[in-house]
Amino acid sequence: MCLAIPAKVIKIDGNKAEVDFGGNTREVSIVLTPQVKVGDYVLLHAGFAIQVIDEKEAKEIYEAWEEAYAALQK
Amino acid sequence: MQPYKNKKEYARYLLDKLHEEAKRPLTVMEVCGTHTVAIARSGLRELLPETIRLISGPGCPVCVTDDLDLDLAIALSRQKGVILATFGDMMRVPGTSSSLQEEKGRGADIRVVYSPTDALTIARENPHSQVVFLAIGFETTVPAVAVTIEQAIQEGLKNFSILSLHKLVPPVMRALLEDPDVRIDAFLNPGHVCTILGVEPFRFVAEEYGRPCVIAGFDAVDILEALLMIVRQQNCGQPKVEIQYRRAVRPEGNEVARAYMDKYFVPAPAVWRGIGEVPGSGLQLREEYADLEARKRFSIKVEPGKRVKGCACGEILKGLKLPYECPLFGKACTPMRPVGPCMVSSEGSCAAYYRFGRKKAGVVR
Repeated sequence: MCLAIPAKVIKIDGNKAEVDFGGNTREVSIVLTPQVKVGDYVLLHAGFAIQVIDEKEAKEIYEAWEEAYAALQK
Repeated sequence: MQPYKNKKEYARYLLDKLHEEAKRPLTVMEVCGTHTVAIARSGLRELLPETIRLISGPGCPVCVTDDLDLDLAIALSRQKGVILATFGDMMRVPGTSSSLQEEKGRGADIRVVYSPTDALTIARENPHSQVVFLAIGFETTVPAVAVTIEQAIQEGLKNFSILSLHKLVPPVMRALLEDPDVRIDAFLNPGHVCTILGVEPFRFVAEEYGRPCVIAGFDAVDILEALLMIVRQQNCGQPKVEIQYRRAVRPEGNEVARAYMDKYFVPAPAVWRGIGEVPGSGLQLREEYADLEARKRFSIKVEPGKRVKGCACGEILKGLKLPYECPLFGKACTPMRPVGPCMVSSEGSCAAYYRFGRKKAGVVR
């Protein structure tokens, strides 16, 4: 329920931003992360950006869980 | 993990270290449903040293919603002219005699939303109906609801209200630490709750109760790394709050988000399913915004219904029982026909154990 996923900000219009995650775009609120700029990565929860993260952090979060799980199963 | 070629190698290193260093018994509670799922799914429990016992706590907002609170939501959905907007997870949670899904089948206007702002859109589009948003969620979700309330006020929307069933994580951790039946040596803290809260609200765990507390991310390597941090804190006798999940958690949290929470809500007592009333562990709207609270707007009284018998969700949420120890588990209670909320939510302990199997969940070593 508290899941948050990373997305890249591609356009900002006032309190709203268009973000891209894995090729899908959607509009989210950036009221909680007023410092965000186009090109930044954010963590999304319930239609809101809740934290700005850097690109490397975003990629690390993106990295499929499966990889680590698969590693641990062997 | 720089010196390691890949996650697999790093995971092996962490497991080796844990086996080497975790000499004393250690019961760690993970206070986050997403951790519960990650642990069950990865089969982590069976790979850990026998000294480490992982128990699942009250970390799923759906699972901890009291059945009588759900009865209230159901009663609201039965009101003429009311549209109830809710996150999808709540649809199948049983109250004492029905669920939102059953009510929808009987004709109640209940709509699943992804964001609280979707409920505002419904309110704008249906000016002759009253839209009630079922506000559940921990600190991760509350700021989004606070912003939505602000928007409703600014737009002068008179047909929008919330039923606040929000819960706060630090007070329930304190309640568990105070419970003489519960034995917890350390906590794996919920990553995204801490994205908002930062470290400060958790210092009491280390300073007053002397327990290690590590804010962990959500893949198996994150959890292993956090466990090693806990073991090392235990070994050197210096409990503190540490952040493993640096990718998403800053020590100060998100101050803007917390300011929104504080602007619209104040802590209030809340009832957690199976745990009971915990002081200051819920949120109610501040007095000046109280007319946006559905309880006030509709003044509905719900007769206390009979709680389900035999369901061990309460003990499971306190880490006293494993899902398999509930007499209903897998028999009267399955994900298709859940009796208790821990089986309903995909992040509930029972659902995670059911889905990922007995051996992987670490019950059989």
